[in-house]
Amino acid sequence: MTETALPKPIPVTVLTGYLGAGKTTLLNRILTGNHGKKYAVIVNEFGEIGIDNDLIVESDEEIYEMNNGCICCTVRGDLIRVVEGLMRRPGRFDAIIVETTGLADPVPVAQTFFMDDDVRQKTELDAVVALVDAKHLPLRLKDSREAEDQIAFADVVLINKTDLVSPEELARIEATVRVINPSARIHRTTRSEIDLTKVLDQGAFNLERALENDPHFLDHDHPDHVCGPDCGHDHHHHGHDHHHRDHDHHHHHDHDHHHDHDHHHDHNHDHGVSPIHDVTVQSISLRGGEMNPDRFFQWIQKITQTEGPNILRLKGIIAFAGDEERYVVQGVHMIVEGDHQRAWKDGEKRESRLVFIGRDLDREKIERSFKACEAQKA
Amino acid sequence: MPTVAPLDLDGHVVAAAFLGDVPFFASATGAVHRLDHGQKVKEAHDGLLACVRDEANDTLITGGEDGKVQRIAADGSVTLIAEVPRKWISVVAPGPQGAVGFAEGRTARVRLADGTIKEFTETRSVEGIAFAPKGLRLGIARYNGVSLHWVAMAGQPVDLEWKGAHTGVTFSPDGRFVVTSMQENALHGWKLDTKVGADTRHMRMTGYPAKVKSLSWSAKGKWLASSGAPAAIVWPFSAKDGPMGKPPLELGTRADVMVTAVACHPAEEVVAIGYSDGMVLAARFADSREVLLRRPGKGAVTSMAWSKSGKLIAFASEAGDCGVIDIAG
Repeated sequence: MTETALPKPIPVTVLTGYLGAGKTTLLNRILTGNHGKKYAVIVNEFGEIGIDNDLIVESDEEIYEMNNGCICCTVRGDLIRVVEGLMRRPGRFDAIIVETTGLADPVPVAQTFFMDDDVRQKTELDAVVALVDAKHLPLRLKDSREAEDQIAFADVVLINKTDLVSPEELARIEATVRVINPSARIHRTTRSEIDLTKVLDQGAFNLERALENDPHFLDHDHPDHVCGPDCGHDHHHHGHDHHHRDHDHHHHHDHDHHHDHDHHHDHNHDHGVSPIHDVTVQSISLRGGEMNPDRFFQWIQKITQTEGPNILRLKGIIAFAGDEERYVVQGVHMIVEGDHQRAWKDGEKRESRLVFIGRDLDREKIERSFKACEAQKA
Repeated sequence: MPTVAPLDLDGHVVAAAFLGDVPFFASATGAVHRLDHGQKVKEAHDGLLACVRDEANDTLITGGEDGKVQRIAADGSVTLIAEVPRKWISVVAPGPQGAVGFAEGRTARVRLADGTIKEFTETRSVEGIAFAPKGLRLGIARYNGVSLHWVAMAGQPVDLEWKGAHTGVTFSPDGRFVVTSMQENALHGWKLDTKVGADTRHMRMTGYPAKVKSLSWSAKGKWLASSGAPAAIVWPFSAKDGPMGKPPLELGTRADVMVTAVACHPAEEVVAIGYSDGMVLAARFADSREVLLRRPGKGAVTSMAWSKSGKLIAFASEAGDCGVIDIAG
């Protein structure tokens, strides 16, 4: 090969969200923002974006199943073509934004950036950002699975149009989003107004950066995770029946008392995972001690092979016994990647944390088998 | 000794071709350069996506980000053939009788010599198009196979089915075979003169470590050369059943450098092989003998073309370091 250094991969941000959730507004904010950056935007329809001198490409959503017998191995054929074309003239833009249709499945979009070698070589998926219409989310969750998938799959969720709901409703919406996706960063917005540094350049799929800028990943002391007086009580007082309350309870236990397996177990079997009937996505937050690497790798391989179709996302930080570095993993369906990230800091608790977001996952089995990967205590 | 006359352009160069004895280089920016008593340039597009030589008319057909389809003549003159505003025209194909095929999204169109445009809409994206060597017949590569349309007749297309995403299509020069490149690292072929449903109709050509992006038929269509491996993979097509049951030739094998472009000699059983590091070799089918034509350069070879005489090769590169190789020196 020649000596020329490989150019830095171009970051790609994926914007998802139901029709009317505020994607176009956010996109226009990004394109007109005072950040000195140029964006290439891939849209399904030109619609109301159309700022002159910006590179906007219209593209038909085209989902291709890979011919490898795996039903979840899907890519977006149209993106492969458009990205290939864009990357021939990379000097025109600093980053790419893919705006999906309201009903789009975010998974093939994301997988395109892992499964297609050419695309993968030149670009890097930065983050999946989901916009949620605070007013209409409960209805959306009732009538479509896509809305739920978009939240479950996101790295950043903007709960938008917060001015159209009461503080109680908003708290409930946020709790619902948190149940669907315990690892996403959630922001409340009106008219998609947000500090763009919270949306762009997140490095959510970058193993070096993943979870690093989220020091509270799955931590009980994260402000978002605190079982404050407001949080639980909101649920109690707004017409949720016993079953919901129970669940809500469970949700917080997830963060506070993770070791309490039996407790979880019961709740799951009785109630599923969500305070809203229409939510079918579940998340499993695992926490353990130092792991035996051989056992852990075998386990994660097996679980992604057998449960891959049911896993939307997985993310985690693993402490291996006798290893001075943190190991980070992340995955989409059957694709799983991992790498050493950095040395453990002094005083940092050496524990393993992993979250699965998916459907029809056997929580008890996953928890038990995860625990079985722990290194024997000396 | 072969000699190289370099031509350094800016950025990605999509295609190299000869019109008459003049080498042309089509840049992704839309600038089309030619070496005709000095370097000359014409802006054909605001962003060029595809460029194919029309052998019958000795012109280039190009498609661009500007939605335009252009014809470029040997003197550099550019003629607008068709336009679909705001769409990317990423596939074009020259047809018989002055016809030109092009596609965007799920629609393929054929512009006939008299200016009429025929439209063919597929249910999935049109990934590649090619005309059959005989008759005015268009092949469209799409998800799960190829559709064959008679351009002049309104009627149901013949569907060649094979599961998966087909990204490019080519007919053998004798018209007996249709071959596609696929999203997964494979080629798929159909024998057109076999009964539909017969097992012998399908030809699976697999084992590539990368996607096949460059295909080239040898003189008289006896062989099909392909990129997508650390060697040029050359399938034998002279037998009745094509390459079935026969191993392909592997020419110009290198340890860890991929072949990115292939171009068969216009008369001899020789293939020019371009690599991801910019090297160019020529290899002979009969004895696999190789000749180094160009040392590694700055970027992957994207396209190569032989002059009619078979003495010159124009090559284009991803990094803009193009050139013309004189085989005899």
